[in-house]
Amino acid sequence: MITEFGWQHLVTLLLAARWTILVSAMAFAFGGVAGFVVALGRTARSAPLRWLTAGYIQIIQGTPVLIVLFLSYYGFSIVGLKLSPLFAAALAMTIYASAYLGEIWRGCIQAVPTGQWEASSSLAMNRWQQLRHVVLPQALRLAVPPTVGFSVQIVKNTSITSIIGLVELTRAGQLINNAVFQPFQVFILVAFVYFVLCFPLSVTAKRLERRLHAHH
Amino acid sequence: MVYQMDFSPLLTQLERIAQGAVLTLELSFVAIAMGTLLGTAGAIAATYGNAAVKRFISMYVESIRNTPFLVQLFVIFFGLPSLGVQVDALSAALLAMSVNLGAYATEIIRSGVQSIHRTQIEAASALAMTRWQMIRHVVLVPAFEKVYPALASQFTLMMLTSSVISTIGVEELTSVASQIDSLTFRTFETYILVMAIYVGLSLLLRAVFFGIGLVIFRRKRRVEFSGVTR
Repeated sequence: MITEFGWQHLVTLLLAARWTILVSAMAFAFGGVAGFVVALGRTARSAPLRWLTAGYIQIIQGTPVLIVLFLSYYGFSIVGLKLSPLFAAALAMTIYASAYLGEIWRGCIQAVPTGQWEASSSLAMNRWQQLRHVVLPQALRLAVPPTVGFSVQIVKNTSITSIIGLVELTRAGQLINNAVFQPFQVFILVAFVYFVLCFPLSVTAKRLERRLHAHH
Repeated sequence: MVYQMDFSPLLTQLERIAQGAVLTLELSFVAIAMGTLLGTAGAIAATYGNAAVKRFISMYVESIRNTPFLVQLFVIFFGLPSLGVQVDALSAALLAMSVNLGAYATEIIRSGVQSIHRTQIEAASALAMTRWQMIRHVVLVPAFEKVYPALASQFTLMMLTSSVISTIGVEELTSVASQIDSLTFRTFETYILVMAIYVGLSLLLRAVFFGIGLVIFRRKRRVEFSGVTR
């Protein structure tokens, strides 16, 4: 049945946007934890640990997120498990985010001058104490702007989870379009909702970056 | 239950996979060429244009950078025909990729253009260069040299993003993969193989762009290979 495109559809889109936000938040939280581990691995003293995490980053950053998503959605069927689209989406986005955040944060850790490491080791701090009390607090300040900037990529990339049938913003747009058949209006509106989610993040990232550089 | 990996059903499909990979590369190269042209024009307009032009460019860049590529693709592929503009899947894909990459390239090249010091431009006008000579030799070439690494990684990202094109039925690598998946039921093996191919393609692109960079930017090559520290 063809109905007119109207307010009730906007409400549907906004309700579906909750799933976009949920998947983004999960990707950011879990990807952040995993990414932190990756960043520590990349800056570890043990060479095999550095190679392992470097290889992980190379592979994930060299693969489309869509392929990571397909692998996590269909991949578990080989051990007889059937994942829900939500779980597969969260898993794939977590893997994706961990590789990018890991690489961003590696840069931030390495940007802290070596003198800081040397000074803290001369104070008889062990490696973990050095990280915890000296290096990470300084790295964190550098990490905030690019991390906020990357969150925009996470939100946008959740759109591909529509392909495995998760009814988030993009999928909801497709479903509404199937009912009203006004693709231009529907997808422009979908794009607008994404814009409303992402633009404040972009602006914040830019502002934070400017403030960081103003100090020097 | 222990799963037995079996890649043998894929062996008969290697030719199609190769065709998909070639189409992915072809789409990427056209998009890179178009995107770079758009980005260069956009960066010049955003720097030297009047207020209205600047506002238009910034609207273009921000609207593309804050919306997903998939939705941009749907607006073009499903939206434009409903407005009476007929587009086939391949043109829609190329248009979406070019417009998307163009926005990112505009932003990257603009930051390079704006990093050119004012004294360089004053020096150019002291040498009686015309405005166009100044933009070409004094602004664009050094600007490109500065932002080339960022531009190259954006190009590689575009190649990876092109996997999304499979949703509108263009038979690039990801699309071929899902066809082979439904033909052989070797889902895991298919996507692992395709993942490896994508990793290979992105390494290949990175090597190619590094090589191109050495050829294009002669000054940089001299600096990097003569041991002169800057």
